[in-house]
Amino acid sequence: MSINATLIGQMITFALLVWFTMKYIWPPLFDSLEERKKKIADGLAAAEKGQEQIILAEKKAIGVIKEAKEQSSEIVTLAQKRANEIVEESKDTAKKEGDRLILAAKAQIEQEIQQAKEGLRQQVAELALSAAEQILGAEIDKAKHQDIISKVSNQLG
Amino acid sequence: MASEVHAAEGATGYIIHHLTPLHFGEGFWTLHLDTLFFSAALGGLFVWFFKTAADKATSEVPGLVQNFAELLIEFVDNQVKDSFHGHSKLIAPLALTIFCWVFLWNFMDLFPVDIFPLIGSLIGIEYLRVVPSTDLNATFAMSISVFCLIIFYSIKIKGPWGFAKELMFQPFGPWLLPFNLLLKLVEEIAKPISLALRLFGNLYAGELIFILIALLPWYIQPVLSFPWAIFHILIITLQAFIFMVLTVVYLSMAHEDH
Repeated sequence: MSINATLIGQMITFALLVWFTMKYIWPPLFDSLEERKKKIADGLAAAEKGQEQIILAEKKAIGVIKEAKEQSSEIVTLAQKRANEIVEESKDTAKKEGDRLILAAKAQIEQEIQQAKEGLRQQVAELALSAAEQILGAEIDKAKHQDIISKVSNQLG
Repeated sequence: MASEVHAAEGATGYIIHHLTPLHFGEGFWTLHLDTLFFSAALGGLFVWFFKTAADKATSEVPGLVQNFAELLIEFVDNQVKDSFHGHSKLIAPLALTIFCWVFLWNFMDLFPVDIFPLIGSLIGIEYLRVVPSTDLNATFAMSISVFCLIIFYSIKIKGPWGFAKELMFQPFGPWLLPFNLLLKLVEEIAKPISLALRLFGNLYAGELIFILIALLPWYIQPVLSFPWAIFHILIITLQAFIFMVLTVVYLSMAHEDH
């Protein structure tokens, strides 16, 4: 149980161990610890930021949805208005077209009436002439009395 | 269970055999080969383990080895931060080395007292004392190294004159200079002595009790050695912790300029 040279040997070992720990063990481990601490802190900060951004985005989304709803209702209103207009317009067009068709039909009818009248007049004149011919016989010269015949046919018209 | 060589000498012989180191040389130049070997081997174990962790150190998710190493690093770092307020690259690694090394020394105490001497006797080693902290040389080597660091930092931080002034003029002022000097010298020298003897005393006594228990009949041994071993788990950790914390405290005192 005496102090002897073992002491010196132990001191050397101790010095070597401390030196090695100081140089090769403590710095990398401690640095990795610090780095991880920093990473965790950064991560937490980022998470907090993300949460804030989510809240902001939600607010923004609500705004956008509201706007979109407004816009869509506006569009629907406009479309309804436009549809009404189109209906009105088409009603107008149809009415005009109808009127036009009626007019054209009337004109055609008129024309046909005229044609029929003309035909009838012609036929009546011929009938009257043949009747008169039969009554008068050869006394009447068709060429001489042309004026009278056309007068009569005109009166018939 | 005493080896045959000392069976004839009875209990005293058994105890003495267990407390005799494997030595080599004469007088001061005696070397305790078991102390040197086991402390170096345990130091190697400590360095190997932490180097493995340090090589793989990453700030990503740590592995099992790194996790454990970081646990110790953080524990030591907190202790150092609590008591040392200066800035030093040496103190934290020093504290870690002291804590781990002393703990491993002390841990050898928990192996059954006969197992290593038995293995030793099988390969022709007659004496073997495996717990380095039961060797005054080991504990004093550490405390004297710490003492040298205390003196070195005292002079480095306060300057030679500042340190001399602290030794001469405190705590009672310049008129009681010799008395101050005496008091301060005792105070300083008490530091390494108390550090070394505290550790040595605790572990020596602990080992002695294990040896005494080993002398009892086998059916009584577990009843006594089991609670004593559990109690010793506390002791060995506590002694390693005390050595580390006191070293940090002494060094922080050396750093403080009055």
